[in-house]
Amino acid sequence: MAHGLTHLEELEAEAIHILRETAASFERPVLMYSIGKDSTVLLELALKAFAPGRLPFPVLHIDTTWKFREMIAFRDATAARLGLDLRVHTNREGLAQGISPITHGSKVHTDVMKTVALRQALSAGRYDAAIGGARRDEEKSRAKERIFSFRDANHRWDPKGQRPEFWSLYNPRVHPGESMRVFPLSNWTELDVWLYIWKLGLPVVDLYLARERPVVERNGTLIMVDDDRLPLKPGERIERRRVRFRTLGCYPLSGAIESDADTLEKVIEEMLLARTSERQGRLIDHDQSGSMEEKKREGYF
Amino acid sequence: MTLPTFTAGEDLRGWLDRYDRLQLLRVLTCGNVDDGKSTLIGRLLHDTGRIYEDHLKALEADSRVHGTTGGGLDLALVVDGLKAEREQGITIDVAWRYFTTARRAFIIADCPGHEQYTRNMATGASHCQLAISLIDARSGVTTQTRRHATIAAMLGIRHVVAAVNKMDLVGWSEPRFREIEAEFQGFCARLGIEHAVALPVSALTGEGVVRRSGAMPWFSGPALLELLEGVELPGPGDADPFRMPVQVVLRPSLDFRGFAGQVTSGDVRVGDRVRIMPRGTEARVARIVRPDAFGGDLERAHAPQSVVLCLDREVDCSRGDVIACFGGASDMRVGRRIVADLVWMVDAPLVAGQSLLCRVGTRITPARVLRVIHRLKVDTLAHEAAESMALNDIGRVELECEEPVAFDPYRVSRGTGAIVLIDRLSNATAAAGMIRTGDPSERGAHWDDQALDTVSSPVSGVSAAERDARWSQRPCCILLHGPPNTGKTESAFALERALWDLGHDAVVLDGQGMRSGLSKDLGFESGDRSENLRRAAEVARLLMGQGRIVIMSFVAPQDDVRERARALLGPDRCIFVHASEGFDIARIVMELASRGLIGRRTSA
Repeated sequence: MAHGLTHLEELEAEAIHILRETAASFERPVLMYSIGKDSTVLLELALKAFAPGRLPFPVLHIDTTWKFREMIAFRDATAARLGLDLRVHTNREGLAQGISPITHGSKVHTDVMKTVALRQALSAGRYDAAIGGARRDEEKSRAKERIFSFRDANHRWDPKGQRPEFWSLYNPRVHPGESMRVFPLSNWTELDVWLYIWKLGLPVVDLYLARERPVVERNGTLIMVDDDRLPLKPGERIERRRVRFRTLGCYPLSGAIESDADTLEKVIEEMLLARTSERQGRLIDHDQSGSMEEKKREGYF
Repeated sequence: MTLPTFTAGEDLRGWLDRYDRLQLLRVLTCGNVDDGKSTLIGRLLHDTGRIYEDHLKALEADSRVHGTTGGGLDLALVVDGLKAEREQGITIDVAWRYFTTARRAFIIADCPGHEQYTRNMATGASHCQLAISLIDARSGVTTQTRRHATIAAMLGIRHVVAAVNKMDLVGWSEPRFREIEAEFQGFCARLGIEHAVALPVSALTGEGVVRRSGAMPWFSGPALLELLEGVELPGPGDADPFRMPVQVVLRPSLDFRGFAGQVTSGDVRVGDRVRIMPRGTEARVARIVRPDAFGGDLERAHAPQSVVLCLDREVDCSRGDVIACFGGASDMRVGRRIVADLVWMVDAPLVAGQSLLCRVGTRITPARVLRVIHRLKVDTLAHEAAESMALNDIGRVELECEEPVAFDPYRVSRGTGAIVLIDRLSNATAAAGMIRTGDPSERGAHWDDQALDTVSSPVSGVSAAERDARWSQRPCCILLHGPPNTGKTESAFALERALWDLGHDAVVLDGQGMRSGLSKDLGFESGDRSENLRRAAEVARLLMGQGRIVIMSFVAPQDDVRERARALLGPDRCIFVHASEGFDIARIVMELASRGLIGRRTSA
């Protein structure tokens, strides 16, 4: 316990500092809200950073139209409860072309409906700073990400040309059209995020907790049948199993794990005893070696 | 020993509480290419059970393609995250790693080795409390080792650990290790690093990393992880001056105006007097608001909390200002000129006259490089005269900001003593700097320094009376001062000769002579001139303590600095002569005699 602050208090103080720097240094910041546990913490910290004032920037959700229905309901309820200026963007061209994870696979779907959609939304909103909930402990290429991470006018990341980042003296300078991705949770781990949610009693999407849900087993992964858009392959059948999710995204791309953890405490206990990483259930990370880095270069968060 | 184990059925709240109270240690790792830095971190993560099964599976696949261990598990691939790195087998950027043991939580900044990535090494150093320097046991201490230790020392890291790696390749040889240890500790001592330790390890086999080594029974010290878990960190000093750079002003309603920021140093309580810097406006803290889910104000805020301060009166205060404690020795300095040690990080060189943006705390202000004071030769730690600084150079410069800024020396307060320079056109981060002092005309930085309590002045083996009997003189000092080329030195030697011929014993201290050795680290700005004269005066004081007449020949242009010297040496024992009066040797000798400083004492 350094400085008389607990580990979490220290991380919280750092994140709040980063959020305030963003609001003060950019003309049009936006907070990326993906509805998951990291976004929950990020939003809470943003509210704290400016309290008793209001959140000085809007909240943006990139909707691929394939999110779990519970996620969308949670998003709208959260926005209403907290009085957020919520903006939702969907790639209409992609939708018109019928891009879906079912027909085009995870790579094309993620590229068109998430990465391209994000670039569209950031350009349309003329946002010069996009605040995200990514953490360095998630994945190898994220481990090298800056807290203030520069993007060129095409929203591209150049991992070899990153600005050195000293102390907490961030360099927020960008030219018109260029932008910054800002990651206040950089130094948090998955455990820190859950611990914070639990200590503060923050609401999270129920999908994180184990419930009986309709799933099919596909390539060794359990996919939840969230609506009637998921066509069954020969031999597949829908079963009701007790499952939960460690990460949330598009439902056909999110693998569930069988679990009895139906409370937050049990989820944390299960994680402490776990031997696999949270991103294992994410199908999109495993397309190819270095795939997260490729996606990030293209503008993915 | 390794993980804070959680067993099913254990009380989660208690466990999490322990976890949350673990002290966080930020560790930097640096070393040459191929010293095995990534392998060492991979080893730490692997042996403490921090690699998940799916990551391990990916690692096995990667090891077959990119590995350098013949298809075996290549632990370096755990941390070499970017594609280019895996292909080239080097680390090109700082990678951040997180792991926890039963005793500590760790954040590791794994920093690139070779010179072209020095800037990334410095980046890591700015965030860490301890540095691990990897040394290949076969090659020993190299220029890069010295560069890394120098950067660590400059950035104020007090603990530097040399992990002497690849001990397996030198037959676990103790003499080899001791040789490297001695050279490393010698260099660190010159840098003033308080805690420099060397440990023998093999990241490849794991010997000495997490567990003590069976292969090196001659080494009785701890394994690396043991050392990391046990190293003692200084707590927040009660004497640290309160500083909070203002980030944002919150005005949610007409009756609330709060200043949001992170306390970078010290603490503050409700009712405390504070100053708004750089204007120096005075106010008192009315409220400390913690925007907490649980609500409520705080009575006290301390580093590194993020808080909102409300003041008791309407004052001009906005982003870029610093709310600081009131008064005394802990006042912030205010000025336009800053002397700072820099690490230069872009291809285009830094040259005098260049205009940049300077970030201090939350203020970004245009600044001009007045001059390069010196460049540091990393191998020898010598200061060399320079007109410019190139990529990866380390050196000292003087800057002039467009507006007055409030700051502290880096060693007093990092949050307000560190700077970043930004290129005005490209927006690149061009340099990171540690402020030494402000306006160099600020005089006599060391005149008031106190000697350690344990130090006492030596007593001579020959008594003053005995010297007086032999030399017919009392200790005194004659200062010949004035601009260069006014005959000071020649006159000093002429005076020395004249006194010698009269049977006295005099010593000449010359400004140039001082600069060739004792003061070779000093430049010619007024602060350095002041320090040069102070050192000369201290030498004169020692010589006078042994009965000598000291003749000093110095430019010494500052009246107040000369007066400090006079006060140090004793006004009744000093004769100061300026070049404009002419250096009349006979007259000076007469003056000495008339003041009773030379010649037979009439009464014993």
